[in-house]
Amino acid sequence: MAKARHKVKSLSQAVGELVRPGDSVALSAALEGCIPYAAAHEIIRQGIGPLTLVAPISNISIDQMIGAGLAERVIAAWVGNVSTGIGYNYRRAVEQGLPRPLEVLDHSNFSITLALEAGGRGLPMAVGRSPMGSDMALNNPQFKSFSCPHSGQKLLAIQALNPDVALLHVQRADAQGNCQAWGASGFARQAAMASRRVLITCEEVVDSEVIRRDPDRTLVPGLLVDAVCEVPWGAHPAPVQGYYDLDNQFYLDYAAATREPAGARAWQTEWVDGLEGREAYVAKLGGERLRSLMVSHSRPSAPLEYGW
Amino acid sequence: MTDYTPAEIMVTAAARQIRDGEVVFVGMRLPLLAFMLAKETHAPHALGLFENGVLRDQPATAPIITMGDAPNQCGALKVCGLDEVMSLLSGGRVDLGFIGGAQVDQWGNVNTHLAPKPDGRAVRLPGSGGGADIACLAGRLLIIMNHERRRLVPQVDYVTSPGWGPHPGWREEQGLTRGGPAALITSLGVFSFPRGRAELSSVHPGVNPEQVARETGWELTQAPGLGTTPEPTDRELAIIRRFDPNRFWTA
Repeated sequence: MAKARHKVKSLSQAVGELVRPGDSVALSAALEGCIPYAAAHEIIRQGIGPLTLVAPISNISIDQMIGAGLAERVIAAWVGNVSTGIGYNYRRAVEQGLPRPLEVLDHSNFSITLALEAGGRGLPMAVGRSPMGSDMALNNPQFKSFSCPHSGQKLLAIQALNPDVALLHVQRADAQGNCQAWGASGFARQAAMASRRVLITCEEVVDSEVIRRDPDRTLVPGLLVDAVCEVPWGAHPAPVQGYYDLDNQFYLDYAAATREPAGARAWQTEWVDGLEGREAYVAKLGGERLRSLMVSHSRPSAPLEYGW
Repeated sequence: MTDYTPAEIMVTAAARQIRDGEVVFVGMRLPLLAFMLAKETHAPHALGLFENGVLRDQPATAPIITMGDAPNQCGALKVCGLDEVMSLLSGGRVDLGFIGGAQVDQWGNVNTHLAPKPDGRAVRLPGSGGGADIACLAGRLLIIMNHERRRLVPQVDYVTSPGWGPHPGWREEQGLTRGGPAALITSLGVFSFPRGRAELSSVHPGVNPEQVARETGWELTQAPGLGTTPEPTDRELAIIRRFDPNRFWTA
C-alpha cells in the first residue's frame, strides 16, 4: 500500500513525527554531497535519542549528533571530517565514552551498501567479498564468512540492515514525495528502499508535472516517502549539484572549534540549539557567503524528448 | 634544482603508476591529484571512478576538495550510486586503486582505524570508507603515506585494508581472488612488493637508504638496482598546482 498522498510538512513537524528514541537512522547516504544537515540539526534541537546512526562516509553529520549525546551506536564506514580527517566528538565518544559511550560496528562503503540493499529486498543477508581479510570482518558480528554452496568459494555473509528512518536530501520533490536528484547518490536509493520511514528534505517542492517530464531522474518514488520538507540550503556545508557547492571553510572552522569539549558545546549552541530553525541558520551564513557558493558556471543538461 | 614539496614528488611518483587506458579507482587528496596529473601527461585515456558514484575521463572542471564537489560531477561520463562503481570494482573491471592511511606494514596491510598513543591507548580514526573495498578488489593497489617510523610499522595495529598478509597464499586463504599492493609511495621513496613483502625500489632525490631504514619500522630490504625517483618536472608541478591552487593537499 502506498503511503498518504500529501506529505509536505514543516521540518520540525516531520522530525517530531518520524524520528523516535531508540530508532536507527540512515543519513548522509550520498557521501560528501546532499548531506541532510538541516534534518540532523532538527533532531539535535528536539533532543531525540538515543539513536543508532547508519552511514557510509558521514562527514561531520554523525560527529555533530554524537557531540549532542544522541548516538549510542554507529554502523558506518567512515566517521570524521572529510576536509581535515578526525572527528573530535567521535574520538571522545569512542576513546572516553563522552558525552556517552558509543558502540561502533565498522563497515566498508560497499558492505554497508550491500547490507541495505539486502534489507530493501527483504532478504536477511547480502553476499560480498570485501572486506574479507580485514579486522572489520573479524570484529563486526554482522560479517560471517561462509562457503558458497555452488562454487565452494569463501565469501562473506553481510547481515541485512533495515533502519527505522532514512533522512535524505534531494534537489526537488513533489508533494507526494517523488524525489528527483542528480549527482552521485551513494547509497541513497538503498537507504530509502530498506528503511521503514523516509523523511525527505529538498531544495524545492515542485509540481508533479516537473517530475513527470523526466521520470528517469526520480531517485526515490513517493510510495516509500512519509514526509517532504522544503528546506533551501538544507545540506549546507555539503554540496548539492545545481544549487550550491562545498563550503570547505565551514568544515575547517568546525574542526578548529570542536577540538575540545567546551568548544564543541559552544559550536552546537551557536549553529544548532541557538537557532530557531534552518531559516535562521541560512540568515546567519549571510548573503555574501551564500552567493559565493551558488552555481557560477552554469551547464544545464540538454533537453530530451519524452513524448510519443 | 626545482623546488618542490615531499607531497608533490609523491603525487608525481603515484601518477607514473597509472598506465594509459587504465580504469583507476581514485581516492581523494594526493591520489586525486595523481590521477589529474596522469590524465594531463602520459595517461590521457585513463578512466577515473569515484566511490560516491562518479565516472569521468577528464580532470574535474575546477579544483576540488572532495569527490562530491560540483566540478567533479560536472562533465562526468556517468554519475550513479555507490553500488554501481563498487560493482565495477567487484566485477574485476578496475586496474588500479589508491589508498592512504595512518599505518602500513611490511606486507602492505593498511590501518585507518586506530593510531596508537605512547600511553598504550589508541586514537580512533575515521575508518575504512571505501579503502578496504579497493584493497580487496582492485587489480593493483597503490598505497600513499608520509614516511615516519610510527607509520611504517612491522605489523599494523588494525587491518582495515588487507595487503599480502604474512605468508604467500594468505590473500587466497581469506577469499580474495585478485589484487594486492603493487607499490607503497612515501615521502622518502617508493617500495614495491615483488614477493608480497615491501622492498625499497627507489629513494627520492637527496634521500639515502640509511635515512629510509631509520624511518622504517621493519627491517629494510632493498630491491636489486635501487634507483632514484625522478624529480617532478616543471610541467608536472604546474599541473599539480593548477589542481591544488591553495596548496591545500601539497604544502
